[in-house]
Amino acid sequence: MISKNKWLSAPYILWSAVFIIVPLGMILYYGLTDTTGAFTLDNITAIASAGHAKALRVSLLLSLASTLVCFLLAYPLAMILAGVQVKRHNFVILIFILPMWMNFLLRTLAWQTLLEKNGVINQVLSFLHLPALKIINTPAAIILGMVYNFLPFMILPLYNALAKIDTNVINAARDLGANHFYTFTRIILPLSIPGIISGITMVFIPALTTFVISSLLGGGKLLLIGDVIEQEFTRTSNWHLGSGLSMVLMVFILINMVLSAIFDKDGEGSML
Amino acid sequence: MERVLQNKIANDNGGFTLVKKELIQLIDISKSFDGQMVLDELHLSIHENEFVTLLGPSGCGKTTTLRILGGFTGPDKGRVVFDGQDITQIPPNKRPLNTVFQKYALFTHMTIAENIAFGLKIKKKPKSYIDDKIRYALKLVNLDGYENRMPDSLSGGQQQRIAIARAIVNEPKVLLLDEPLGALDLKLRQEMQYELIRMKNELGITFVYVTHDQEEALTMSDTIVVMNQGYIQQIGSPESIYNEPENAFVADFIGDSNIIPAIMIEDKLVSILGTRFACVDTGFGNNRPVDVVIRPEDVILVEPSEGIIQGVVSHLIFKGVHYEMEVQACGFEWLVHSTTLFPVGKEVGIRVDPFNIQIMNKPESEDEEAVIIDI
Amino acid sequence: MKSIAKKIYIALIILFLYAPIGILMVLSFNESKTRAKWGGFTLKWYLALFQNEEILRALFNTLLIAMLSSLIATVIGTVACIAMTGMKRRAKSVMMGITNIPMLNADIVTGISLMLLYISLGIKFGMGTILLSHITFNIPYVILSVMPRMKQLNVSTYEAALDLGSSPLHAFFRVVFPDLLPGILSGFLMAFTMSLDDFIITHFTKGVGVDTLSTKIYTEIKKGIKPEMYALSSLIFVAVLTLLVLINLSPAEKKKAE
Repeated sequence: MISKNKWLSAPYILWSAVFIIVPLGMILYYGLTDTTGAFTLDNITAIASAGHAKALRVSLLLSLASTLVCFLLAYPLAMILAGVQVKRHNFVILIFILPMWMNFLLRTLAWQTLLEKNGVINQVLSFLHLPALKIINTPAAIILGMVYNFLPFMILPLYNALAKIDTNVINAARDLGANHFYTFTRIILPLSIPGIISGITMVFIPALTTFVISSLLGGGKLLLIGDVIEQEFTRTSNWHLGSGLSMVLMVFILINMVLSAIFDKDGEGSML
Repeated sequence: MERVLQNKIANDNGGFTLVKKELIQLIDISKSFDGQMVLDELHLSIHENEFVTLLGPSGCGKTTTLRILGGFTGPDKGRVVFDGQDITQIPPNKRPLNTVFQKYALFTHMTIAENIAFGLKIKKKPKSYIDDKIRYALKLVNLDGYENRMPDSLSGGQQQRIAIARAIVNEPKVLLLDEPLGALDLKLRQEMQYELIRMKNELGITFVYVTHDQEEALTMSDTIVVMNQGYIQQIGSPESIYNEPENAFVADFIGDSNIIPAIMIEDKLVSILGTRFACVDTGFGNNRPVDVVIRPEDVILVEPSEGIIQGVVSHLIFKGVHYEMEVQACGFEWLVHSTTLFPVGKEVGIRVDPFNIQIMNKPESEDEEAVIIDI
Repeated sequence: MKSIAKKIYIALIILFLYAPIGILMVLSFNESKTRAKWGGFTLKWYLALFQNEEILRALFNTLLIAMLSSLIATVIGTVACIAMTGMKRRAKSVMMGITNIPMLNADIVTGISLMLLYISLGIKFGMGTILLSHITFNIPYVILSVMPRMKQLNVSTYEAALDLGSSPLHAFFRVVFPDLLPGILSGFLMAFTMSLDDFIITHFTKGVGVDTLSTKIYTEIKKGIKPEMYALSSLIFVAVLTLLVLINLSPAEKKKAE
């Protein structure tokens, strides 16, 4: 092989030890101790308190809903794009990454302007004599914000997984008598599972843990678990409680990691 | 008509077989991609229980022809008739033919058994029937006991056999094979060639086989269709394609050959490089420019005095079964295969038996010139 | 018919993704200071932008962090990829697992974990801590885009170069590196983009008084966003768009496509 030099891997091993492994250990330490440094599980069981439990429940509900919407929007799109010529591959990826060059907070803020009672969308609707859309400051607006921000992270892995399917495999299924629907359920869908898992992970986790979208589009009425943790760190400065709640979130992250390790062994559903 | 007869002879195993029924007709098929003509008014009939090979260089339209047969692409113009029924608009899943794809196209997320059962499950066959069929098909391709393996764990040759098994359990009337042996090494390829012929004889179904390998085509086919640039160049049995190529392209593509410009002086007499040779062909007209094809094994080297023309050996390679030599004679480099050694620099005489000289019309573009000369 | 439906669907999704960007661009020309109403066309925010030192400072910080962090991440990530191909299967999959952590982990968890690290190590919060954090979450993007190239790499070309007498280092830069370059470039670009767009991790690891565009916008949200910010964002977006269009239309790219 090109290099058997052990020292080549040293910088990255060192880096990931200091900046990935140790920090996670810090969260575990803070999460499992109180201000005096004594061991406690209180920071974790705090998730059961009414306010926290509600925040987690709402976050789970909204993030599941937005993941589902993202999947339903992205799958047909990815299938269409995968049918396009291969040499456009980079261009397709660019189109969906490009919006990120405009700041994410500003883009989310722009949805206020779009969704407001006298916002752009409602003006268009009233011009067309259609009923007004009243979703600003509701959970629906939060879901929309999540879908808007995380949709590219669903599209790209799906597109990559679908584009990798050999057209002759699909032709073979057709040749053996499968109609379009059967070909889809038995061949295309199972072969795109790595992309599906990766897409779900890439959308669900950020949606579950976000803390700005709800205050921008939800009118601050709904507290999400991300908002709770953020406040523990920046306002109340209770790092122990914040770490404990983060550990609860990490359970979901861990489940996701295990799932993607099982279904996407070769990184086939990667974003790039 | 002549072709049908040849076909009959090639297929007959000494029974009472009459002329075979036409199973598939491609009628005036044209197809272009991005404005580039790939098939131009192609016309082809395929008979029942025939092993037909579409042979040609890449880009000749052979794979497109197969894909049109399979229903994966529609022709721009023309019709596909199967057993008297127009199937041009029928989608692939409704066609009574099955395909073995170039890179196998196995379903990697399914076991071997699931792969083979795929078509049968769609047809809602009972489980016991499907199990029997899987066992039978695996036996046929010599892979008994592989039911629960995954495709990725198999070698290329094994995957190829599974692809064949997956197609034939559906008992198609026609099996389409798109360069199925292209990815295998030489020895495996030869083994698979014999197996395919055996399967064809056992199953009694029509094979339409696409390849660019002329040796493969000669070995396996009842009928070879030589294609180039979207046109059919020649249709015939392997023997007739090899021995009587109709034009320079076919002669050049099939095996090594000496293609020499010549003048047909009269029936059965041709002037090659200024020297008169006796031949057996008639009907080319008098004093007409033609090409002659002489296979290297048909060039006989003798002592200078015994030859019709004389030359000098310029190259020599030992090829195992024979020596390959190049002989400079009358300004042409003759390719010669012979079991007798003539060292480099030796003067030799060249003779060719009249029935080994194959006369061909000049290619079409030059044909017009020939007509003008005639007038 | 079917293909028209497909095109309409693609167009709708793209409209969904780009509509807010259009809105922001329109707002950057809005005479009125509030987002709620249109007060007529003006270019004054673009002029004001270049006098607003706070915003320019934040822009400078953002670009500096993005540039440095993606460059350093690209070097570390590429070297890591080369090192990993020489590793045993087991060690390699452990490394890839660790690489995936910042990708799969929630930004908020990454942010607070790094914050806790800096506090316990006694590192002063500021540009340095932002940079370290950005390098950390950028490395995985580089590795994930270089690794596939690495797998496709034909090792014999490298060996051929050695056989023809070049030194290992020379062989690497002349033979291996050009093959990896597309992966390295797209990893760099991805890292740059992610760094530019990051808010959450920066929010937790920045010091008082140091701002990037994201954190500046976040603090402004409560007071009301200054329209200069819209002007700046529009400028950045249009600049990037122009650059990408130029690259895509350049003769070199066209040749490659053919």
